[in-house]
Amino acid sequence: MLISFKRILRSGFEKFSHDRSSTGAALVVMTVVLFAISSLAILQGMSAFLVERLQEGVDVSAYFRDSVSEEEIFKVRQQLLDLEEVKEVEYISKEEALRRFIETYRDKDAILAPLDALGRNPMLAHLNLKARNPAEYAQIADFLAGEAFASAIASIDFHDRAPVIERLFLITSGIRAGVVAISIALSAVAVLVAFNTIRLTIYNSKEEIEIMRLVGASSWFIRGPFLVQGALVGVAASALALLLLFVLSLVVRAQFQSFTEFDIFSFLISQFFTLLLLCLAVGIGLGVFSSAIAARRYLRV
Amino acid sequence: MISYRNVTKIYPDQSVALRNVSFDVKKGEFVSVVGKSGAGKTTLLKLLLAEERPTEGEVLFDEILVHQLHPSQLPELRRNIGMVFQDYKLLNSKTAYENVAYVMEVMGLEEDTIVRDVGEVLEIVGLGERAHHYPFQLSGGEKQRVAIARALIHRPSCIVADEPTGNLDPYHTRDIIRLLQKINELGTTVILATHNKEIVNRIGRRVLTLVEGQLVRDEEHGKFIVV
Repeated sequence: MLISFKRILRSGFEKFSHDRSSTGAALVVMTVVLFAISSLAILQGMSAFLVERLQEGVDVSAYFRDSVSEEEIFKVRQQLLDLEEVKEVEYISKEEALRRFIETYRDKDAILAPLDALGRNPMLAHLNLKARNPAEYAQIADFLAGEAFASAIASIDFHDRAPVIERLFLITSGIRAGVVAISIALSAVAVLVAFNTIRLTIYNSKEEIEIMRLVGASSWFIRGPFLVQGALVGVAASALALLLLFVLSLVVRAQFQSFTEFDIFSFLISQFFTLLLLCLAVGIGLGVFSSAIAARRYLRV
Repeated sequence: MISYRNVTKIYPDQSVALRNVSFDVKKGEFVSVVGKSGAGKTTLLKLLLAEERPTEGEVLFDEILVHQLHPSQLPELRRNIGMVFQDYKLLNSKTAYENVAYVMEVMGLEEDTIVRDVGEVLEIVGLGERAHHYPFQLSGGEKQRVAIARALIHRPSCIVADEPTGNLDPYHTRDIIRLLQKINELGTTVILATHNKEIVNRIGRRVLTLVEGQLVRDEEHGKFIVV
């Protein structure tokens, strides 16, 4: 038993290293497939990053009337923090609001000049809120617009941006669904191409398999080396695909980062083991499965 | 040892390869199966190896109905029969040595035994010097001798040769037949399918004559008679 297992392994390694045409063809296709699947995984990661960044930019601001004291504002803040939907609440005092305004427009005299002319701080103290779930902003805004706060709150900034926020959610959920759909479709095509390439390489061994069968080799003794060869193609293709991905990510890293703020290389480093496992699982699985199906067809002698 | 009982083989295209063929082969016999191309010789041998199934009748090898064997039991049957094919059927990616050794490897024999026996058998068939050549580096006669070495390396009780000299010149043909006779003298049953009249007449042993799938003659010391 052990001796047969060793012979199957040895024969599989020999097929992988000597049978260059079939190994080469399967290796190229499998590398492309794994590269495509890894790229889609990166695209998923990038879209998640961008969506998160966009969501971080969304908030609700409640502006308080001048007559409302800081103490009252803190009470409202506490009430908001008690809500499950609210993730954080930042208090911006009148002074801080003015400071930030001046900081933002420090080079634009035309905007700052009326402030001097006014002779007082026209800014309103306010609370900036972030929700745990972006879909809950509307609920929080409704809560603030309620009668309980009508005397204290002068305006809520959410309503003005509501359509933008809603559209943003539509777009981001659309992007995610699109990426998932494209990933599945491309993966299916890639898997089919790899499967057929391996089947074709085994088709070339059709006569060899029949001879082996006729001289008394068992199915496993014939099939085994093809499975080992398929698994080795999967391992080698995983290494090649990841190498290619890392080299390319280094090349495009700077341009990508300046455009999207997404550091593709750091992402690859952080997700290395996940990607490696994904590639190995798909590569070895596909190699072994395709070989098993293809070899089986010619074992019926 | 081998029994064909009322065997008929009709292929899916309705061509009749064998019609109600019955005969027995005893252990140690040398049987020539003769007939024109298409007479059913190859089908007869394929049925013994369970490469084909009979439409009617049964084929027995050592009292076992070969067509009732489960696919997983076929390797065991085939290891008891050494097969020599007209087109050699050698593994092109393996050397002469590896082709012969392969049969012992599938049987799970130890490496030492394989090295010793394959070396000996290749010497017997006169290929000691060509052991590490690939099939494409060998002549037709040499390839057929590798095929014979492969058929007898595991000492099967029966060797079946389907037109083993079909692609060979007269010089190599004599060589191969002498080799088969020698194997038979050592006690191995040999079934030789051929349409070479000269070979059959020179061997002078039992001859089965097939005509259009029917067994028309079975003679103990027969000759090739054109029907």
